[in-house]
Amino acid sequence: MTRRERRRAAYRTRLPGWLADAALLLYFVFALFPVAWMVILSLKPADQLFSTYFSFTPTLDGYRTVLGGDEGIPFTRFFVNSLVVSVGAVALSLVVGLPAAYASARWRFRGSENLMFTLLSFRFAPELTVIIPLFVLYQKLGLFDTYVGMVWVLQLVTLPLVVWIMRSYFADLTPELEQAALLDGYSRKQAFFKVALPLVRPGIAAVSLLAFIFAWNNFVFPLILTSSSAQTVTVGALSFLGGDRPKYNLTAAAALVSVVPPLLLALTIQRYLVRGLSFGAVKS
Amino acid sequence: MSRRTALRPYLLVVPALLLTCGILYPFGLGLYYTLFDFSASKPRPDMVGLHNYATVFTEDAFWNSAWVTVLYAVGAAGVETVLGVSVALLLHRSSLLGRVLEKILILPLMIAPVIAAIMWKLMLQPSVGVVNHLLKPFGLGGVQWTDTPTGALLSSIAVDVWVYTPFVAILALAGLRSLPASPFEAAAVDGAGRWYTFRRLTLPMLWPYVLVAVIFRFMDSLKVFDIIYALTEGGPGDSTVVLQIRAYLEAIRFQRYSFGISYTIVLWAVVYLAAMVLVRYLGRIQRKAAEAR
Repeated sequence: MTRRERRRAAYRTRLPGWLADAALLLYFVFALFPVAWMVILSLKPADQLFSTYFSFTPTLDGYRTVLGGDEGIPFTRFFVNSLVVSVGAVALSLVVGLPAAYASARWRFRGSENLMFTLLSFRFAPELTVIIPLFVLYQKLGLFDTYVGMVWVLQLVTLPLVVWIMRSYFADLTPELEQAALLDGYSRKQAFFKVALPLVRPGIAAVSLLAFIFAWNNFVFPLILTSSSAQTVTVGALSFLGGDRPKYNLTAAAALVSVVPPLLLALTIQRYLVRGLSFGAVKS
Repeated sequence: MSRRTALRPYLLVVPALLLTCGILYPFGLGLYYTLFDFSASKPRPDMVGLHNYATVFTEDAFWNSAWVTVLYAVGAAGVETVLGVSVALLLHRSSLLGRVLEKILILPLMIAPVIAAIMWKLMLQPSVGVVNHLLKPFGLGGVQWTDTPTGALLSSIAVDVWVYTPFVAILALAGLRSLPASPFEAAAVDGAGRWYTFRRLTLPMLWPYVLVAVIFRFMDSLKVFDIIYALTEGGPGDSTVVLQIRAYLEAIRFQRYSFGISYTIVLWAVVYLAAMVLVRYLGRIQRKAAEAR
């Protein structure tokens, strides 16, 4: 037995292999069935929604209706809105978050830990505590239902993520690299842009995608701070459930369309997810 | 250290700080609002001091919401911990199947919770949903999932479990993979049984990793909003009115702004205290684990 095999053997439960595999499969059926079912539901013709369950002629009509806005719900527009506000929030978070992360990783200064903790504590604040005052404030300032208003408030989600994860990336770089650059006659600014920043580029990519996913998936901010022109897909998908007769196929199609971007991004950054999801609390 | 270097970190942090203040300002504003009788019907509010909080704590509705919230958070975080750690242990056996399934473990986690709730809502419809359709052969065709108080609470916990179990599983798996090998080799040499090894070595050493996940899940469940909003909107009756839903109803539906914010401030205080206690416990556990190595 190699060391690695022995290590794995140590955790092996008493269960025979097939039973463990069966248990695992059972969990994954639970985890994957809803998505598979939404695909089926979204492909059903409107008149067969309630009749037969597993036999039907698939049609793309549901997607056509949803994306065409035929139900009076401009879903394509919501999709674009989601893109704009999520990208906006991530971009702004990177611009202000990267310097802050760098500073807090390189220097211990008065209040640095408190500041970092304050940022992290937003992660645990109930959203409505700030949203309700913002709702009142936005009405007065004309930021209600605008891109600027949404980008501003989505910082609450994206900025802590950027600062905390990038801080651990910067902390992993040895300061000697930048010191060498300084000795070579670089300015501090050049050392940051030409030495430190390129080295954490994979981290920046991962954290941007993760922050984008979090912003995209947010529900409560757009629910309360937008009404139509800046509304996003998470709120938009819910509106298909309204009305006197729920349109199952349309709801399913809208739900699926709205999960495509986060799923695609998640697959590309899978390796970095643990660090990101736990805010660097567990280093992988 | 030159003055320049001493100043630099502050300059770098200022933009983030300003943005943070942009969020802290509404928070402070909200706190200030709660001292007034501020609602849509009263544009010129009177100062009422702590009256809003007094009302919150004397209302049955608050205690009901607090109870529902605790049930939800304990239920969801509890099931997710047990299920997530189990899934991680099974995946760690690294069969071929496990390696394939591990790649798709994150899938539910990347779906917005509100979308997940919509999906489950469609599946749980009593007469036309697929869950009851599949249960029919077992004589359980007509379960009123989200239409009974207990059913609604259990259903919303189930959605939470569906979305967030992978989170616990991923962190637990990362923890399992970073455990040192030597204690296990020593135990194997001593002829320790598998159950004994699991209970006395794996679990205690893994606990600090799992605890991070549990803390995150418990805190997040205390302030759940989207899953309940999409699945039950707090009903039937007020069987699933968690605190954030109650705050939403008061502030946005009934436009009693101050009163609604008071609810969220109370929730915020509770979450903050819970975070402090749990993080302190986590620190102690992590120190202990470090010493044990």
